[in-house]
Amino acid sequence: MEFLSYLISGISLGSVYAIIALGYTMVYGIAKMLNFAHGDVIMIGGYISFCAMSYLNLPGPLALLLAMVVCTALGVIIEGLAYRPLREATSLAVLITAIGVSYFLQNSALLIWGATPKVYSPIIEGTQTVGGLSVSNISLLTMAACIVIMVVLTLFTSKTKMGKAMRACSEDKGAAQLMGINVNRTISITFAIGSALAAVAGVLMCSAYPTLMPTTGSMPGIKAFTAAVFGGIGSIPGAFLGGILLGIIEALAKAYISTQLSNSIVFAVLIIVLLVRPAGLLGKYVPEKV
Amino acid sequence: MKNMKSSTKINFATYLGVVAAYIVITLLISNGVLGRKAAALLVPACCYVVMAVSLNLTVGILGELSLGHAGFMSVGAFAGIIAAMSLVEAVPFEPLRLGIAMVVGAVCAGIAGIIVGVPVLRLRGDYLAIVTLAFGEIIKDLINCLIVGHDSKGLHIIFNFKGLKTVDDLGLLDGGTVIIKGAQGATGTVTIASFTAGVILILITLFIVLNLVHSRSGRAIMAIRDNRIAAESVGINITKYKLMGFVTSAALAGAAGALYGLNYSSLQATKFNFNTSILVLVFVVLGGLGNIWGSIIAAVVLYVLPEALRSVADLRMLVYAIVLILVMLATNSPKLKGLLAKVIPHKKGDEVNE
Repeated sequence: MEFLSYLISGISLGSVYAIIALGYTMVYGIAKMLNFAHGDVIMIGGYISFCAMSYLNLPGPLALLLAMVVCTALGVIIEGLAYRPLREATSLAVLITAIGVSYFLQNSALLIWGATPKVYSPIIEGTQTVGGLSVSNISLLTMAACIVIMVVLTLFTSKTKMGKAMRACSEDKGAAQLMGINVNRTISITFAIGSALAAVAGVLMCSAYPTLMPTTGSMPGIKAFTAAVFGGIGSIPGAFLGGILLGIIEALAKAYISTQLSNSIVFAVLIIVLLVRPAGLLGKYVPEKV
Repeated sequence: MKNMKSSTKINFATYLGVVAAYIVITLLISNGVLGRKAAALLVPACCYVVMAVSLNLTVGILGELSLGHAGFMSVGAFAGIIAAMSLVEAVPFEPLRLGIAMVVGAVCAGIAGIIVGVPVLRLRGDYLAIVTLAFGEIIKDLINCLIVGHDSKGLHIIFNFKGLKTVDDLGLLDGGTVIIKGAQGATGTVTIASFTAGVILILITLFIVLNLVHSRSGRAIMAIRDNRIAAESVGINITKYKLMGFVTSAALAGAAGALYGLNYSSLQATKFNFNTSILVLVFVVLGGLGNIWGSIIAAVVLYVLPEALRSVADLRMLVYAIVLILVMLATNSPKLKGLLAKVIPHKKGDEVNE
């Protein structure tokens, strides 16, 4: 019973990672860049929904919607101003710019909302008890949201025209452009989707772990990045699987091995997986052509 | 001077520049122009210069993105602190003790470099980056669990995995000293770091890195960076040379860490987190990949400027972020580059192909 409750808290934590990792992996798949600012978009999403709920007295779902709209706009603006001019630059230059954006978002949040942690009130409260096992509603909501998002994204990328354009761009931007795909617009839309997912993750994460600081997003961002790599970066089912597994490993390591070393254990598992499967669990290994 | 190769001339100028800067700064301190606050920045600035030059070896010369360089600094710092604190009675002469501590730091970080490098260097690109990040975090967490003490019987080391053990579990004899207290870090360290030692460390680092780059091994390392497959096909042992570059870089970071650790009476492992790795990476990229001079200047300017701007504390990191983004855009965006090229006349032989 104890094990089951740890497992469920792991899956719930993993669902948050998976939602963030889905955004990460889509952006990576198409723009081939490590978007280090992704974690900070989560934090902005958390603050926006916090303000909507405590200052404007909006209900939870509306606050979530507002956070999604703001983060989507933010993601598109960041992409247009900071990343688009660097489309042809080296990946390291883009990485440093992303770090700059991350600093910018963190310090803006510090100026606007201050360094004192805000206590976040969950968007839904209460728990369900099934056979002596109690699960909080927010955990259930997180897991459900994660599965819905995964399914919708998979359908979106495989069935719709825009999704096909995204896959084409991630394969070969030049060829995609020759086929009449607007590459810049496609990348913008990918960023919009990724940022909207970050907002959802921000609201769910803050509801489950209710302290909100300007640095709230950075560790989950890194973890989600790890999850995306773990599952095979660029692959949507991979990000889902990686996120859930990472959450379970973290929760079980915390419960049974050591609280202080739980992060280390997660990272150690990542290293071992990458050594055995260099492209992640579900990633395609593409041999170099000479 | 005429017969020298241009690279030798540049190296010579680099050493000379560092020595000149040292003399000027020492004079300024003795005349009281530089205040105590500014003087306190000198040792950490030296450490960051060494960190930047050594990371440039990994990122610029070897061509592999490392996001865990602070981990090696951390290993060096705590190894150096343990060495220096255990030798307080055995080696009363401070500069010698500092030297030993830096060597111990370098050796320990070098060993960590081998442990990390062997698995990591098999991976490529972004995968390699995430694994170095992971190792950096693991090193941080492990050191956070470390409790170390020293008494007449020698060193006592325990790992505090469950968070239940305390300093009392060390079982120190009377007169023993606790060196590292788990998550509280190293406290009560006797600070023996000096600016002179920092400058000597910079010179040694430059000597090692510049000689490595211009040697046969250095050319092999750069060949691997430029085209791994071509390098392999002419018989270069990829693993050996990659590891050589990576471990050298780690060991230098360890020496810098030892100097850094012995500059503060109290130091926590969380100081060497992901953000510190990123800070050093920013020095390297803004200074110019593969350009040693650039790393030195970028490290000094970017370390000292935010510290000098402490009076506008709230805004300084915001300004830093904006400047960082603008510099990256100005130097990498084709449009802005074209504009800049029109304004600034072109120098001959200035083009570097990345």
